[in-house]
Amino acid sequence: MSPSSSSSSALSSLHLAVALDGTGWHPASWREPEARPRDLLTAGYWADLVAEAERGLLDFVTIEDGLGPQSSHFLDPDERTDQVRGRLDAVLIASRIAPLTRHIGLVPTVVATHTEPFHISKAVATLDYVSTGRAGLRVQITARPNEAAHFGRRSIPPIEGYDSPVVTDLFDEAADYVEAVRRLWDSWEDDAEIRDAATGRFIDRDKLHYIDFEGKHFSVKGPSITPRPPQGQPLVTALGHQTVPYRLIARQADVGYVTPHDTDQARAIVAEIRAEQETAGRSDELLHVFGDLVVFLDDDPAEAAARRDRLDALAGEPYQSDARIFTGSPSQLADLLREFQAAGLTGFRLRPAVLGHDLPAITRGLVPELQRRGAFRTAYEADTLRGLLGLGRPANRYAAA
Amino acid sequence: MSKPLKQIHLAAHFPGVNNTTVWSDPEAGSHIEFSSFAHFAKTAERAKFDFLFLAEGLRLREQGGKIYDLDVVGRPDTFTVLAALAAVTEHLGLTGTINSTFNEPYEVARQFASLDHLSGGRSAWNVVTSWDAFTGENFRRGGFLPQEERYSRAKEFLATTQELFDSWHGDEILADQESGVFLRDAKAGSFVHTGQHFDIHGRFNVPRSPQGRPVVFQAGDSEEGREFAASGADAIFSRYATLKEGQAFYTDVKNRLAKYGRRHDQLLILPAASFALADTDAEAEELARIVRRQQVSGATALKHLEFVWNRDLSSYDPEGPLPDIDPDVSDNHISKGRAQVRMYRDPLATAREWRELAAANNWSIRDLVIHTGNRQNFIGSPETIARTINEYVQADASDGFILVPHITPTGLDAFADKVVPLLQEQGVFRTEYEGPTLRHHLGLAHPDDVQDEQRVAS
Repeated sequence: MSPSSSSSSALSSLHLAVALDGTGWHPASWREPEARPRDLLTAGYWADLVAEAERGLLDFVTIEDGLGPQSSHFLDPDERTDQVRGRLDAVLIASRIAPLTRHIGLVPTVVATHTEPFHISKAVATLDYVSTGRAGLRVQITARPNEAAHFGRRSIPPIEGYDSPVVTDLFDEAADYVEAVRRLWDSWEDDAEIRDAATGRFIDRDKLHYIDFEGKHFSVKGPSITPRPPQGQPLVTALGHQTVPYRLIARQADVGYVTPHDTDQARAIVAEIRAEQETAGRSDELLHVFGDLVVFLDDDPAEAAARRDRLDALAGEPYQSDARIFTGSPSQLADLLREFQAAGLTGFRLRPAVLGHDLPAITRGLVPELQRRGAFRTAYEADTLRGLLGLGRPANRYAAA
Repeated sequence: MSKPLKQIHLAAHFPGVNNTTVWSDPEAGSHIEFSSFAHFAKTAERAKFDFLFLAEGLRLREQGGKIYDLDVVGRPDTFTVLAALAAVTEHLGLTGTINSTFNEPYEVARQFASLDHLSGGRSAWNVVTSWDAFTGENFRRGGFLPQEERYSRAKEFLATTQELFDSWHGDEILADQESGVFLRDAKAGSFVHTGQHFDIHGRFNVPRSPQGRPVVFQAGDSEEGREFAASGADAIFSRYATLKEGQAFYTDVKNRLAKYGRRHDQLLILPAASFALADTDAEAEELARIVRRQQVSGATALKHLEFVWNRDLSSYDPEGPLPDIDPDVSDNHISKGRAQVRMYRDPLATAREWRELAAANNWSIRDLVIHTGNRQNFIGSPETIARTINEYVQADASDGFILVPHITPTGLDAFADKVVPLLQEQGVFRTEYEGPTLRHHLGLAHPDDVQDEQRVAS
């Protein structure tokens, strides 16, 4: 059943993910008492966050990343000293946490623009092994000229906005990138390792496949050095704000994150993605569309609003985001999520304004509220991330039928 | 005057993708499941080893145009496994081989600095190079690097990553919630590197890690490789585990240090060493013989002969005599993606010598390959192996060994239980870890202290 057809009747459970970034999404979040800004580079900090998310039975966490320092500017670096700067590699954070958790999905950000699909494919396959089937990736592009200069391999001309042809090309490259990564995941059939003592063969090499990917920006021969991961295809996710990234989501993703500010926008975005999905020949596949929301969450809505004002005052300017900013109580947020769900979204990726405060407010406030309404799981019902999201284990594209 | 006893350094090499590793043994487990890596790492940590060592491969090996299927095939991503192992160990160093050809300095520096943070200062990097177009087919640039430039690129790659590691000093993050100052230095992480291979600038985004820089290993044996190691590596992963060869290598490399202003104790020599351990020396000899036969099946023996003959020999009987025909000495080699082919520089001479050996001893192809291949470096009872290892280290054949068990993941268990306690009794191996970082285990100074020392000296 396609999720697009389920919007009319009784709503099913929704899916919840949390986006982890530094001390939270508000730039002054690090100044809150619960923030732990001196621990950001330690494993313990991330382990505690993911343990909290797992306590709340969330589907997965995403981990932000980038190939340069964080910046308050759209494209250029800044020299601010009043915000969190510096971060660890997201894939490695996820892997460091994997053995400490059992159920929750781990979805690090990977930047397609300057990195190697071969390396990322085996890294996320390995994350799937170390987490026994809970890995995914969130693919991102970078149009930042300063990040291109960190690699020195190509220059990226300055752009005015996301409608630039430069960006379209970067998204096309990202789509190729995901295609190569996915082919590499399939480049070993599941039963390729045979350990046949009689013939002395460890593998049946007929079950290993060259992927022979050739694109405009790169080609990859294959096969992967890493056998097919436990989920077959780890989860692929991407954030989009307009047609070009929606197309990437429709062509290549299992979960797309979108940023509607009201239910009309949500309906329009979902319709556009579903149309692109059909164009891509994937209409029979389950593709989740999650709404991204920044959340300030307190039992007393006035307290949440006051907290937001206080943080804005510390930052010296009102916080702005691509996503809708929600300020209120868990019950109000549950109402909003159900409205968005009725408009066609199947889940949400919440961006806690202050991780130390708003993540526990999600797991201990919002989750019980949704559970009371029959809108969220009361126990983990599957062993893999794909399983939690109702995605089957896909057949291998190279396996003979 | 007697020299004080040297302390031995020991490391564990996760069984590799080659025929040292015996997958056909009933005890052999998965080479890819994380539980195997966790078992192996926990055993090494229980034995107070300095570090675990993980190799890397970037293209599956081929022979005769087909994927080589007789050895273990397939392995996980180095960084990702090491980061996960940091969660199940507390002290063990985590050394990974990472190629400098098919990577970029900014990304590798981020990954090692991140691993160093996430492990509390336990990361190490075995820098390797390659140049072949065969491996390049998996990467954006393809086989872009002429062979003669591989060390110059590796050197510049390493130097560039060190500039990135050093772009943060360690005191920039104030994170003062009261005053609102997160960073002391608005330009923290700034770097500019202009060189033959890399022309990059900007800001590095991983603040200084506990070890400052990961420990650096070098593994090549060529003249250039030795010089590369002497100029900047902290340790060498070498091949020479016999006494005489080991001493010659040790002396050669340590004597190169002075010209770079470095002391003998600033570069450790750690050869790879396989072993056959049993209750008695006689049983160990028998075990060694059985393992050699497991490592060289008839099919493997034929494939091994093909490296030298450079021809398809699949029609030959491995239990029969060696081929009469001579090796094909053309440039296009039957085997791709492995270093071994370069060991036989004069295949015609090797073939002649092998035919004579086989005839004189009445050896089949398989017998020949078993006898001319590497024997286990240490064979014996726990007492014999402990004594031999200590003798080699005290005689400056090495500073310790990187042990290569042949069974995954339990191949280290008996060594940990039986040999290590004997070394500890002799006072040549630690009974407890003395510090939190790999630099502590290896007796290497923190890079900041080294720089201070050099400033004082000059």
